[in-house]
Amino acid sequence: MRYAMAIDTKKCVGCSDCVVACQTENNVPIGYCRDWVVEVTDGTYPQLEIEIRSERCNHCENAPCVRCCPTGASHYADGGIVLVTHNKCIGCGACISSCPYDARYSHPDGYVDKCTFCIHRVEKGLSPACVATCPTKCMYFGDLDDPKSPVSVVLKNRKYKTLIPEAGTKPQLYFLI
Amino acid sequence: MSTRRNFIRISAIGAGSAVVAWPVVKTFARELVESENFVFEGMRRTPTYCEICFWKCAGWVYKNDKGEVWKLTGNDEDLHCNGRFCPRGTGGVGMYNDGDRLKTPLIRVTQDGKQTFREASWEEAFDYIAKKLTKIVQTSGPESVALFSHGSGGKYFGTILKALGSNTNAAPSYAQCKGPREAAFLATFGEVVESPERTDIRDTKCLVLIGSHIGENMHNGQVQEMSDAIDKGATIITVDPRFSTAASKSKYWLPIKPSTDIALLMAWISVILEENLYDRDYVEKYTTGLDKLKEHVKAMTPEWAYGITTIHPQVIRETAREMANASPAVIVHPGRHVTWYGDDVQRLRAVAILNALLGSWGRRGGFYRPENISVPEFPHPEYPKVTKGWRDILGDLYPLADQPVANAVVDFTIPDPSRNFSYKAWIVNGTNLIETMPNQANTLKAIENLELMVVVDTMPMEITGYADVVLPECTYIERYDEIRVSYHRKPQIALRMPAVKPKYNSKPAWWMAKGIAEKMGLGQFFPWKDIEEMLDWQLKQLGTSLAEMQKIGVKTFERTADDLYFQPGEEVEFTTTSGKIELYSTDLEAYGYAPMPVYTPHEEPPAGFYRLIYGRAPMHTFSRTSNNPNLTDLMDENTVWINPKVAKEWGIVNDQYIHLQNQDGKKSEFPVKARITERIRWDSIYMVHGFGHDQKKLTRAFGRGASDTNLITKVLVDPSMGGTGMRGNFVTFITDLKEVKS
Repeated sequence: MRYAMAIDTKKCVGCSDCVVACQTENNVPIGYCRDWVVEVTDGTYPQLEIEIRSERCNHCENAPCVRCCPTGASHYADGGIVLVTHNKCIGCGACISSCPYDARYSHPDGYVDKCTFCIHRVEKGLSPACVATCPTKCMYFGDLDDPKSPVSVVLKNRKYKTLIPEAGTKPQLYFLI
Repeated sequence: MSTRRNFIRISAIGAGSAVVAWPVVKTFARELVESENFVFEGMRRTPTYCEICFWKCAGWVYKNDKGEVWKLTGNDEDLHCNGRFCPRGTGGVGMYNDGDRLKTPLIRVTQDGKQTFREASWEEAFDYIAKKLTKIVQTSGPESVALFSHGSGGKYFGTILKALGSNTNAAPSYAQCKGPREAAFLATFGEVVESPERTDIRDTKCLVLIGSHIGENMHNGQVQEMSDAIDKGATIITVDPRFSTAASKSKYWLPIKPSTDIALLMAWISVILEENLYDRDYVEKYTTGLDKLKEHVKAMTPEWAYGITTIHPQVIRETAREMANASPAVIVHPGRHVTWYGDDVQRLRAVAILNALLGSWGRRGGFYRPENISVPEFPHPEYPKVTKGWRDILGDLYPLADQPVANAVVDFTIPDPSRNFSYKAWIVNGTNLIETMPNQANTLKAIENLELMVVVDTMPMEITGYADVVLPECTYIERYDEIRVSYHRKPQIALRMPAVKPKYNSKPAWWMAKGIAEKMGLGQFFPWKDIEEMLDWQLKQLGTSLAEMQKIGVKTFERTADDLYFQPGEEVEFTTTSGKIELYSTDLEAYGYAPMPVYTPHEEPPAGFYRLIYGRAPMHTFSRTSNNPNLTDLMDENTVWINPKVAKEWGIVNDQYIHLQNQDGKKSEFPVKARITERIRWDSIYMVHGFGHDQKKLTRAFGRGASDTNLITKVLVDPSMGGTGMRGNFVTFITDLKEVKS
């Protein structure tokens, strides 16, 4: 089993619903976020392009945050999801500096927090909160080992890219372009 | 400044005065109506429909183990949202949690020569309102009472108006927003576009957006369907001086010179007629005035339009052919906020005509025929006859308006010797008129002349500072409201019920209105014990019940009237004067307006000035959300978009705070951050509406960004229906902040 997510940059309108849905679902304090939206404009008027991406932890297969964690709080869980065990985390922040995607933040309660792919929902057969709420249905989630999962199907049919592939982290967040 | 009504910054109360400060006297007004029986206790999930915008998506309020509000999600059965709330709906928890909320009734008093608010019990507030309102009705007639409403609570204050015999129930959503569209479509098709719009975007092959920024305006169902259309490979054509999000999803972006849209539309019409691209059978069968239209547009060629719009003739022809290729599955979108230049009915008429030629009205992928279900009124005594209604008051003014015109109510509140009438009392529910109505000076002048203004809101918006009485409404998460009736592909109803008890000393609008009515001896018009009794009765007439709706939230009914689309060869009787789709409008002609749209040049910015264009951000609904903690977390100020060429000329750099000043010398109250971007033309600037609040009690919104309304001092009123065109203002930059502080 290998969980992954694909985001269709052609459909995303950058509304940030994914951010609010994650905040409320996971009780992320106001002022912090586990996911965010990036908007990149290219060109000069009137030849322009915009790419809009909903970003979060890439749940890397080769995750620097897991490698550098001194306590083992950061770890790989079932399906390759990268998680942080809050009560094992000493809040040293090594993982935060090691992440090329800047996907982690220090929770005011003293531990490091980040996207979990909403594993508590996935285990119940639900989609992650961001996927479930997205008004444009631009996010696809599922098991890459299952060829019928939404994410496998969409990656088979569309061109995609990953972010900072040169970091060698084998990210599992795919952007449809 | 008038001494009668000074703006009270609500936050100032209590500071060094004997007046009670915020955390509130606990005067629960149970003595008036014993209403709530808290069925929601023990329910993990309660149904609601969203009140953050007018789309009114139905969903669920979830609570955590402690019974606290946890999250809001969409209801899968809901046709407005299909189970997916937008960011504002999801962020609705912030409206409930906002610590800056209005907490208890307030009454304006003069203390030591200074005006301030004192906290009051509900009983006192109701007494005050009832006495004043009764006196005003006695001396000036019921017609002198007006309601402004942009929210569900308006329904119940509307009942008070009806019980008094007034029908001035003015929604700024008409003359400040979609009015011109509804008037134009009424004149053309005999029907309005409705809300949610009857656009069949999910099945369209070509979507044409003219200044309509779907995706930035988060009209949920439309955003969802535009995404579906992208998936299915639909062609999107976006006409906008700004490279909007929608423009970035489009095959064609036409970066039009602002204020010239009618020229483009007429050129499209001329190409479609000239090249015989229109839907012949449809046009022959259903429309009238084709020959006159052909004659009318003869000279309106793409070459003619090029000089006006800056859009190349080849692009105009190509896009016209794209539309025709997709016909009838094409939508020239009528937009929603369309009060731009004062000839907006004419522009929207051109949109309607174009749709008629393409045969898209009543067709799959064009405009469907929506259907609703009518919810019977709880039996009540007959309302008194309206002897002098808003239409009588307006006389010949704005003849096409079929709803009260909010700006006319403002104008007619200012006494004028030529008129034997002025409004004396306003009830304002859920609309911050200071930011909603253009020409703030005019609004303030009107307010100064009022004998009574009651403001009902959840937040200490600017308008509350001018009120005689402020009534704190609880949020939609804490209350019942009327049943939501959808005009959609299928008839549908939705229930809103409280998930938790109201915070502070806030109350639902129905409870306030009933309480005030009882004090005025009008209790018979609220002939139910509480809203649950009324809702249950209504729901039972529809074959369901309050108990069932509390479990399911929404209920869908089968269509009964007709098919979603016109059937081949179907005889359709249009409710226009001629019974046909009117390419040539007999109504407009009868009232002395152009029966077919004409392009009129509009004033252009003087040197060093730029046209002020404003719009929406997906995470905010006007000023309503600008203090919401969840949503300010996403966007806590607006920026002014400036083209890099212009910025260079002025030496303005990205993220620099600057002031704006309009053609009348009006300066922005607060500095606003510059966003230097290629996405805007060099003759215009752009900002998101709803920021720049000067009410200190809005702790997150105060002083953040600039208010566009503040800079809209020039209003281009559409003479046919009263719409307030707000795109005729020009601004320049003040880069030295010290210049404004002095």
